[in-house]
Amino acid sequence: MNKPLRRVAVFCGLLILALLIRVNYVQFVDAGALASDPHNRRVAINQFATPRGNIIVDGKAITGHTTTTGSDFKYKATFDNGPMWAPVTGYASQAFGSTLLENIENPVLTGDDDRLFFNRTIDMVTGKGQQGGNVVTTLNAKAQAAAFNGLGKAKGAVAAIDPQTGAILALASTPSYDPSSFAGNSATDAKNWSALQADSNQPMLNRALRQTYPPGSTFKIVTAAAALQNGVYPDIDTPTNSPDPYILPDTVTPLKNEGSIPCKNATLRNALKYSCNTVFGKIGADLGRDKMVKEAELFGFNKEQFVPARAAASVFSTTMDQPQTALSSIGQFDTAATPLQMAMVASAVANDGKLMKPYMVQELRASNNSVIQQTSPQELSQPMSAVNAQKIQSMMETVVQTGTGTNAQIPGVTVGGKTGTAQHGVDNSASPYAWFISYAKTSSGSPVAVAVVVEDASANRDDISGGGFAAPIAKAVMQAVLNK
Amino acid sequence: MSVISNTTTISSVGAPNRRNTELAMLVFAVIIPMLAYANVGLAKEGKLPTGMLAYGAGLGALAGIAHLIVRKFAPYADPLLLPIATLLNGMGLVLIWRLDLEPTITTPQLGGPMAPKQLIWSAVGMALFVAVLAFLKDHRVLQRYTYISMISALVLLILPVFFPAVYGARIWIVIPGVGSLQPGEFAKIIIAIFFSGYLMVKRDALALASRRVLGLYLPRGRDLGPILVIWALSLMILVFETDLGSSLLFFGLFVIMLYVATERTSWIVFGLLLSSGGAVFVATFEAHVQVRVQNWLHPLALQNGGVTETAQSMYAFGSGGIFGSGLGQGYSRLIGGIAPKSDYILATVGEELGLTGVMAVLLLYGLIAERGIRTALAARDPFGKLLAIGLSGGFALQVFVVAGGVSGLIPLTGMTLPFLAQGGSSVIANWALIAILLRISDTARRPAPAPAPSPDAEPTQVVRVQ
Repeated sequence: MNKPLRRVAVFCGLLILALLIRVNYVQFVDAGALASDPHNRRVAINQFATPRGNIIVDGKAITGHTTTTGSDFKYKATFDNGPMWAPVTGYASQAFGSTLLENIENPVLTGDDDRLFFNRTIDMVTGKGQQGGNVVTTLNAKAQAAAFNGLGKAKGAVAAIDPQTGAILALASTPSYDPSSFAGNSATDAKNWSALQADSNQPMLNRALRQTYPPGSTFKIVTAAAALQNGVYPDIDTPTNSPDPYILPDTVTPLKNEGSIPCKNATLRNALKYSCNTVFGKIGADLGRDKMVKEAELFGFNKEQFVPARAAASVFSTTMDQPQTALSSIGQFDTAATPLQMAMVASAVANDGKLMKPYMVQELRASNNSVIQQTSPQELSQPMSAVNAQKIQSMMETVVQTGTGTNAQIPGVTVGGKTGTAQHGVDNSASPYAWFISYAKTSSGSPVAVAVVVEDASANRDDISGGGFAAPIAKAVMQAVLNK
Repeated sequence: MSVISNTTTISSVGAPNRRNTELAMLVFAVIIPMLAYANVGLAKEGKLPTGMLAYGAGLGALAGIAHLIVRKFAPYADPLLLPIATLLNGMGLVLIWRLDLEPTITTPQLGGPMAPKQLIWSAVGMALFVAVLAFLKDHRVLQRYTYISMISALVLLILPVFFPAVYGARIWIVIPGVGSLQPGEFAKIIIAIFFSGYLMVKRDALALASRRVLGLYLPRGRDLGPILVIWALSLMILVFETDLGSSLLFFGLFVIMLYVATERTSWIVFGLLLSSGGAVFVATFEAHVQVRVQNWLHPLALQNGGVTETAQSMYAFGSGGIFGSGLGQGYSRLIGGIAPKSDYILATVGEELGLTGVMAVLLLYGLIAERGIRTALAARDPFGKLLAIGLSGGFALQVFVVAGGVSGLIPLTGMTLPFLAQGGSSVIANWALIAILLRISDTARRPAPAPAPSPDAEPTQVVRVQ
């Protein structure tokens, strides 16, 4: 009987071997995938198992954490002045995931980041437990408050950038939401979440980064830059060759101006001051699609920006025909831009033609305040020469001094700006979007460029609405930065 | 098995009895669970658990008594079996206690803490171990009860049909006032006794009277009868008790013992055909089995939008990684209910002790099985050989079926992992199983009595023949 016994012994050995191979597969080969599977609750538990780090503005934390009971999540994120900061922080909910900085910098905030390995080890040895790191932002609390309060109950967004570095100073979106209201995973949190999701005003939409609007007349800055860069007109004060009305090429459709403004053969300065559709439409058509696309893309159009939160790609069509190019060049047709994009346009002009890459994370710090990553300013592109940039500055300053943007004047400070009123909807029936983009300049260069959009500017359909609704908000933001 | 030969490699004469080896290893088998106990306490409450010394003393006392009994009644028994069983039982108690500390799976509805009861059952199991060794002086006595065993095994297997299903399987009988009992665990041992007695008598008829068809020796119809009966019985267990594991275990057990008894490969072919045919047949209409197979094929698939037990178990294993989260620091409670303490206890080992811990546990089970088979090899009587291979083969099959099911190697079946998992019947039956194996190995390794000196014998004269 011993021969079959030995065979059975081998068979039993094989059974155990099969088990060993299987557990090696599950716990070694496949372990990473299983451990990080989104349905594996440990992922969420670990996420909330450590005191979460803070997002910091002007040296003060705008997020925090609190301990929770009654669930397997130990800590819950809290947000100070949540609605105001929501477009920056995003949310970090036990039940509904996270977005924006809370999401992108999550490894640092939870302390799981590889760069925090050393700190983790020290904390473990000293028995402190894992500590989350902090995210230091570039934002300016006063500017953010000015932007958020300026928008008030209106629907809209503000983006403000330091033109010299690209540091984002304000990023507001209204209506907003309080990330604290659904940070936990209780029934109340779920109720608040679904109410926000169902709200037709889309409070959770980050209008400053993720919503593109037709930029209207504010896009004429890009067209002016293209004209100067390509030498269509040598100077901003010589008359242009512009009929009024201007018949769109290959069509019989006239392009008109709003109201009776002196646009026939107007100089570039006056064309911008009065916001002449005919002048800039003709420039676009004369330059042609490819040159306009090239200039728009130098300003950042047609590309998602990562600041590091993702900003939607602004659109300047690359497939349009000549009349459509004319319309696109005055911010109509398919042209659409995020408030961040238009702030970038203003900032490139203010920074003498150099466009800096926008960013909002200054530093990542470990819980003991040692810096683990620092962002240094980076040039993104140069959409225009310094000389041409100064010419456009002069034009934009005229707009604020004597043109459509007088509401943005700040005594003792040089301000340049451009209004815009974007018509949209079927036959332009919906109430227009009011735009204002501007920058302020001091003796040491420009510290702030800002773009404001107000969605339901229920005013007359003329350029005044951009100046009337959006310009005061831009002014408040610029003042907040200047008085800092 | 590096050397395959037809002679046993065990020298039965003059073998050291190895009791001191056993004692030394028992010390480790008691210390390791004690340290694990301390580990859980430190992880969960930040201090050494208050019951640590009492627990260690209790386990030490039980192991000490068992050791003394082995020393007295089975001095030549295998030295590895008792320490391994003690270690596994001790670790099982620690794991169950550790899971008792999770409030969500220790609610009164789920039966409250399980560790105290399990400790009592372990003590009862060790008492049975002592009783078997003390009163069963020779395993061949069991041979007398061949047909009584058959009847009691049948009764034990059929009884649960009359009790309500628990978690989809009818494998329990409920005795009011005492608690519930899983008779399958005891049936495993009793059926091995029956097979051994039956096959010892019939092995020649089964082995020799056969026809050769297509290179295989096929048994005669009349010899095939009992096998078909067992096959039908295991299918019936499957159908009426929806207990995939037990039917696999009993059928596998029978095939192994038949093969050993008759040395005919044809029985294996026959067994595999019958069992796979039966499995496919049952799987086509039994919804319970189909669900298990689906869960096996798609372990991470959501069910009604929720994560299944199978997926939770896979997550537990995967999250443990190579070294595990450490005792008391895992989340195997997510499996939910009492399953993490019973069927899925290996998932807790996987998560908290890691791949290293699971491999160690599997190797311990492998060692028990191989020591049992070694006992079978060394046994000098066919009944002892068959009983030892039946018990250890069944043990290995059970471990494979449970551990394979929990780790996703095969479809999950409701069986308990010997010694580790919560469950009184299991721990008691397995201690009895170890006791019988020790009894057989004691008989096998006991030196043959020296022949009585014959005063008449002439001194042998050695003559060198060139």
